[in-house]
Amino acid sequence: MLDVIATTFVNLVTSASLIYLLGGVLLGLVVGILPALGGTAGMALLIPFVFGLEPNAALAMMTGLLAVVATGDTVTSILMGIPGSAASQATILDGFPLAKRGEAARALSAAYVASAAGGVIGAMVLTAAILVARPIILAFGTGEMLLLVLLGISMVCVLSGSSLVKGLIACALGLLVGAVGAAPATSEYRMIMGNFYLADGVPLVAVALGVFALPEIIDLLRRDAAISSAMSIGRGWLQGAIDCWIHKGVVLRTSAIGCLIGALPGIGGSVVDWIAYGHTVQTARDKSQFGKGDIRGVIGVEASNNSVQGGALVPTLIFGIPGSGSTAIFLAGLILIGLQPGMAMVEQNLDVTYTIIWSLAIANILGAGFCFMISGQMAKLTLVRYVYLAPYMLAIVFYASFQSSGDWGDMVALIAMGLIGCYLRRFGYSRPAFLIGFVLQNNIETYLYQTMQFYTLGDLARRPLIWILFAVIVISLYFGLKHRPKNQTEGVSGELSATTLWPQAIFLLLALAAVVYCVYDVRKFYLLGSIFPLTVCAFLAPLLLYGLWRVLARDLSDPILFDSESEWRLKEEGYVASLGHYVLWILGFVGLTYLVGFLIGIALFFVLFLAVKSPAGWGGIALMTGAVVAFFMAISYFLVLDLPRGLLQNVYRLPWPIG
Amino acid sequence: MGRIWLAAFAMLLGGVMLQAAPAAAQAVDFKGKRIEFIVPFIPGGGTDVWARFFLPYLEKYLPGNPTVLVKNQPGGNGIAGANQFHLRSQPDGLTVLGTSGSVQLPYLLEDPRVKYEYKEWTPILVSPTGGVTYIRPEFGVKSAADIGKLKGQKIKFGSQGVSSIDMVVALSYELLGLDPQVVFGLKGRADGRLALERGETNIDYQITGAFLKNVEPLVKAGKAVPLYAFGVLDDKGEVVRDPSFPGMPSVAEVYEKMHGRKPAGVEWEAYKAFFTAGFAAQKILVLPKGTPANIIAVWREAARRVVSDPEFVTRSRNELGDYKQAIGPDAATLTNVAIQVDPAAKAWLKNWLVTKYNYKPDAD
Repeated sequence: MLDVIATTFVNLVTSASLIYLLGGVLLGLVVGILPALGGTAGMALLIPFVFGLEPNAALAMMTGLLAVVATGDTVTSILMGIPGSAASQATILDGFPLAKRGEAARALSAAYVASAAGGVIGAMVLTAAILVARPIILAFGTGEMLLLVLLGISMVCVLSGSSLVKGLIACALGLLVGAVGAAPATSEYRMIMGNFYLADGVPLVAVALGVFALPEIIDLLRRDAAISSAMSIGRGWLQGAIDCWIHKGVVLRTSAIGCLIGALPGIGGSVVDWIAYGHTVQTARDKSQFGKGDIRGVIGVEASNNSVQGGALVPTLIFGIPGSGSTAIFLAGLILIGLQPGMAMVEQNLDVTYTIIWSLAIANILGAGFCFMISGQMAKLTLVRYVYLAPYMLAIVFYASFQSSGDWGDMVALIAMGLIGCYLRRFGYSRPAFLIGFVLQNNIETYLYQTMQFYTLGDLARRPLIWILFAVIVISLYFGLKHRPKNQTEGVSGELSATTLWPQAIFLLLALAAVVYCVYDVRKFYLLGSIFPLTVCAFLAPLLLYGLWRVLARDLSDPILFDSESEWRLKEEGYVASLGHYVLWILGFVGLTYLVGFLIGIALFFVLFLAVKSPAGWGGIALMTGAVVAFFMAISYFLVLDLPRGLLQNVYRLPWPIG
Repeated sequence: MGRIWLAAFAMLLGGVMLQAAPAAAQAVDFKGKRIEFIVPFIPGGGTDVWARFFLPYLEKYLPGNPTVLVKNQPGGNGIAGANQFHLRSQPDGLTVLGTSGSVQLPYLLEDPRVKYEYKEWTPILVSPTGGVTYIRPEFGVKSAADIGKLKGQKIKFGSQGVSSIDMVVALSYELLGLDPQVVFGLKGRADGRLALERGETNIDYQITGAFLKNVEPLVKAGKAVPLYAFGVLDDKGEVVRDPSFPGMPSVAEVYEKMHGRKPAGVEWEAYKAFFTAGFAAQKILVLPKGTPANIIAVWREAARRVVSDPEFVTRSRNELGDYKQAIGPDAATLTNVAIQVDPAAKAWLKNWLVTKYNYKPDAD
């Protein structure tokens, strides 16, 4: 076996495969950096080229891409506060504050080193696990999966901020939004308000971008400055690497978490980063800086989201069951080059297996190296006045959301989630807790239902793994609650007075209205279709009433009371406009798109926005508008993707690209 | 600098528009054109792999060797993409759709979300697939001959949903006198195999390719027992043995053995329609409504040449299974069996899903 490992390495680095690997890495970084695209889209892009390639070259290229998406997406998360792909949402929590205070270089450097380390650890685990993992994966039945998902939910208590009640409310609201759409057990359409677009549920992209990116874009615009408050990006390149070395324990543990969760089919990559982040916070002694720019928060997440690919390849290769969205297409790619993943392939074509593993390790290191090279320039974006960046960000965010189903509903969903995100942020409700609830809802419900059908309680009690996982959850909850970090995760509250509490009361009343609607909507459903949302409502309603009671009691020292907009912020921190002002701009943009389609809409929006908001002259405006239009034309042409159509396009047949 | 940029941009815009301008439809030639093969599912799924398998051959045999690209439009389990295709695509031969069982079944069941109409499309090529039912070894059942032993046993079957093609298989179990407990919520067929391997379910099926590659090893290791293959439709529309599994009886044969009579009656007709939509005519390449006859002829000819390409023949046996790719009038006939169902059979099927599995076709 060792000789196979050695020869595959030599074959890989001395043949044309290395060039293909490089190609895969570069494409992976590009799709990682662009928020519109992630690993899934990148793999889909590669597939046509894979056909007819020499198998080793194809494997190297696909693995190269798979490996580095989670390295590239860090750039956008840290510098812009926008998740570059679903895997790096948690990187924002500490990475973006670091960039804001001028430590972008340190954060990026730590992230790349942690990514490379995590990726290599993932490859090592894959090497060891590939021949022995089968019984381990088979030992995880739906009951064990359910407990793992609940472990993810238990992370809410370290992400709640100063008020646990509000963290739980945010999480339950996330569960409720997640429950929209077809019920897993009965396929009944829940809370779709007569709109079949919602039958599939609210898309993850709309939730992630809406809850994290839109509020951030608006906030930065309101301050009308650059992202970074410092005048340079800092010289922390070396410091970041040293940080990783100091916190090597974090790197090792979160890499292990990434591998394990990645290896279990069905839970999915978008949760790993949160579990790793929660774990990092739980095990840290000094928790006071998390959410404000603690380097450990960046390191933990980045190590885990690269190692997850090594883990995700385990079930992909030995069962032919993908562990994530991008490995699903990877699997299709394998089939296209004539390989059929499964135990037979792993055992008989060991060279294939080790080509994949070596590609994974090498790509991770190459990816981090490339990122170091380009980051110096990329990071300068944080010094640019934000009015120049904002229209690009808005265009990309809306375009990205539209790709999830190519329906106008995607745009509306993004706006709706953006509004929820803005108000969660304003009133100090943990947005990560909301997202965790949303992402895990489907898993909890499906596994709970399936566990009840497959096992009796007696069966479960006889499974030792159930007890072990149960103990892990209890321990996690104990430490999570005992040493709960009380940081404000959503900034600081404004001055409160008894007369400025009504917006918080309205927010709680609206949430209560959502609960009432949910109960009304599912009242006639089969028990299996309604039991989950009803349970969430039964849990959420008392929390909301408690919150309402605290608000009405007007005890200003209660941490539940929080409103970062309680007074006009014009004077402080350079705020120059209200929240509503930019919400209107964004609505205006969407309205334009609705009338004349995306490409014309974006051009008009750019011209209007830049003319009103920026000091740029007409030449500059034309240049920036031309650039964005050319970018979207190129992307939609080469990736064969649609642009949102407007009323104009529905009435007249127009030629591409405006049609 | 700015002016050069603008000029370049204007040229690009102009060039692209020129290229996209509709060509006069005389002799059909796709030279320099891009053909979009719409797949209403995510990349990497079964229909996506199927479509991509055809791309190089279509490029080779369509006149003018156009570029053929797969365009994934997921959503609503295939319904959204098919709706968009039906409502928007132009009949110029540059847009085709690849459908699958999960696009056919909601049409058959008159799901209110369906806005497409199979009768207005032109089927160019139909790819059948088969599948095999297998069980865990604990039952002591060795083959379809002693399937009777399964009666009255606790049988668990994992399904992707109440209107998925897994229900075709659930219906076959019922016709054979078994009473499976159907557990919903699987995320794909591979999940079903994993659940059986874990012992969470004890009966499962896989379509041909997946069975050969992933279940055969289990059979050899004594961890699974194959029972029967579903079969294929012959020219008369009868269910006969699957050429990929000549040693395994078809559902019709097992039925005859169990009940001592040839399969007939409304429930058998319902099963056959359901089976055709889900398996025998699982993947269909269609042209949109209103496509002129000359374009249809060009596509049919290309399809004919694709399926007789020797390389295609060898590779498709490995990738798509040993099935006859239906083209020309055969494609239309097979599609009709799947979509033009006797109203009584359709009503029976709907009623079966509603009463037994809480299917709600008109849920708001």
